[in-house]
Amino acid sequence: MGELDLSILWQDLTKALFETGVMVSISLSLALLLGLPLGFGVYLTRKNMLWENRILNWLGGIGINLIRSLPFVILLILVLPLAQLITGRSTGPYAASVPLAIASIAFFARLVESALCEVSVGVVEAARAHGASDWLLIRKVLYPESLAGLMRGFTVTAISLIGYSAMAGVVGGGGIGFLAINYGYYRYETGVMIITVAILIVIVQIFQGFGDWIAHKLDHKK
Amino acid sequence: MLELKNISVRFRSKSRSVDAVKNVSIHVNRAEVFGIVGTSGAGKSTLLRTINLLERPSEGEIWIDGRNIASLQGEALRRERLNIGMVFQHFNLLHSQTISENIALPLHAARLASAAIQKRVSELLDLVDLNGMGKALPSQLSGGQKQRVGIARALANNPDVLLCDEPTSALDLETTESILNLLAEINRKLGVTIVIISHEMAVIKRICHRVAVMHDGVVVENKPVYDLFAHPEHAFTRELVEKSLDLRVPDRVLEEQQGEILRLVFLGARAEDPVLNETTHLFSVQINILHGRIEYIAGKPIGILLVSLQGTENNVKLATQFLQEHVARLEVIRHG
Repeated sequence: MGELDLSILWQDLTKALFETGVMVSISLSLALLLGLPLGFGVYLTRKNMLWENRILNWLGGIGINLIRSLPFVILLILVLPLAQLITGRSTGPYAASVPLAIASIAFFARLVESALCEVSVGVVEAARAHGASDWLLIRKVLYPESLAGLMRGFTVTAISLIGYSAMAGVVGGGGIGFLAINYGYYRYETGVMIITVAILIVIVQIFQGFGDWIAHKLDHKK
Repeated sequence: MLELKNISVRFRSKSRSVDAVKNVSIHVNRAEVFGIVGTSGAGKSTLLRTINLLERPSEGEIWIDGRNIASLQGEALRRERLNIGMVFQHFNLLHSQTISENIALPLHAARLASAAIQKRVSELLDLVDLNGMGKALPSQLSGGQKQRVGIARALANNPDVLLCDEPTSALDLETTESILNLLAEINRKLGVTIVIISHEMAVIKRICHRVAVMHDGVVVENKPVYDLFAHPEHAFTRELVEKSLDLRVPDRVLEEQQGEILRLVFLGARAEDPVLNETTHLFSVQINILHGRIEYIAGKPIGILLVSLQGTENNVKLATQFLQEHVARLEVIRHG
C-alpha cells in the first residue's frame, strides 16, 4: 500500500464529485421530465382507467421492462452510439448520462405507476362521479394523493443512479463510484477506497434522509 | 323525474358472463326518497351505479328530466354528472386534501371561480354541520364526520339527484341515525331526489318513501314503504320484513308457556282496537302477552304481538278464528 497523497486524492475527489453530480442531475431531471409522464401514461391506459388502451399499455410496459431487465453495463455499451450522436462524444460524464437517463426514466416510470396504483380506486371513482375532467382528476386527485409515494420513488431512483453511475466508468464517465473502484480494486489503495466509499454512504444517507423527510411531510394517511 | 327502463347489466369475463341486473324498470318521483334493498350480490349497487353511468348498462334507457343519458359520452356525460351527486359507503375522500378541498372538487369540475368556490364551500360546511372544520384533514375526522363531508361534496353543485351507496353501512348505530336524519332533512329542505341502497331494512324504514326489493338481479317488489312492511308479497320480501320485525323470546319462556302461541300483526287503525280484550270476554280464554311492539313506518303504525292462548280446546279454536278475522295476519308459532 503506497503512502496516501492527500493533494492528489483531493483533486481526483473533487473531479469525481463533479462528474457524479453531472450524471445524477442530468439523468434525474430527465427521469422526472419523461419518467413521470410515462408512469402516468402506463397507469392511465390500464384496464378500467381513463384512457384504457391495451396496446399502448402493453407497449409501455414492455419498453420499461426491456430496459429494466438489461444489466446496466450492457445498456451502457448498447446506447453508446446514441450517446455519441446526442453529445458528440463517446466518453465522459455527459456521454454516460445518456444510458443513465434511459435507465432511470424506465426505473422511475415503474415506481410512478406503482405509486399511482396505491391511490384508492374509490377516490378516483368519486371524482369521476362528480364530473371531474381527466385533467382535473390528474391534477387534483392522482397527483396529490400519490405525491408521498412519488417522492419515495424519486429517492429510490436517485440512490440507484448513484450506484449505476459507478459503472459509467466503463465508458470513462468517471464519478465517485468509479474512483472507489479505480483506487481500491485496480490500485490497491485501500485508504482511498475507504474514504470514497464513506463519502458514497454519506451521500446516499443524505438523499434517503431528505427523501423520507419530504415523503413523511406529504403523507396524510398516517 | 328519474326513470330506468329495462336496464340490464351483464359482466363478461373470458370464461363466463354474469347478469348482475336483469331487465329492471324503476320510476322515481321528484323530491322522493327511493330505496333499493336486497342482500349483497343482488345487483343493487350495480343498478345504482348505472344512474350516473359509473356502470354502463348493457341494455336499457336512463331518463333524467326527460333526457336519456344512457348513451352520453365524454364532455356531455361529464356535464350531466355535475347534476348527480353520489355518497359512498367508504366515503372516498382525498386523504391528502383538507375537508374544504374535498368539498370543492365538484366545484372545480364545474369550473367555478375561486371566490365562488370558497363561498359555496362554507355554505356546505354549514349545511352538514361541520363549521370550522374546513382546514382539517380527513384522517382527523370520525366516520360520521367523514360521511358528512361526503354528503357536502355530493351536494356541492346543487344536484337534482343524490345517489347513496350504502351510506351508513360503515357507521355505528348512533352515527347511522344522525346521517339518516341529515339525508332526510336535505330531502325536505332542498327537495333533492334521493336514491339510496341498503341491505338494512332499518335504514329503508327510517327515511324512504318508496322501496324496490332486489333479489338476484331482479326487482321482485316495488311499493310505498308502509305497504312493503304491511303487505310483503314476494317470499324474499316477506323474509326481509319478518327478520326486521322479529320478536325474539327466550326458549325458556316458550317452553314454560302452555297453550297456543300466536304471532299477531295489526295494521293501521286496527292496531288501536281492543281486539284481545274482546277475545278473552267472548270465548273465556286466557291471553298472555309474551312480547310486543309497535313500529311507526311513514307515520303509520304496525303492531306485532306474541301471545299465548289458554282455554278449552274448542274455545281456543273459536278464539283463534275470531282473531284471524280481526287482525291483519295471524301465525301459529306453536300448537298447544
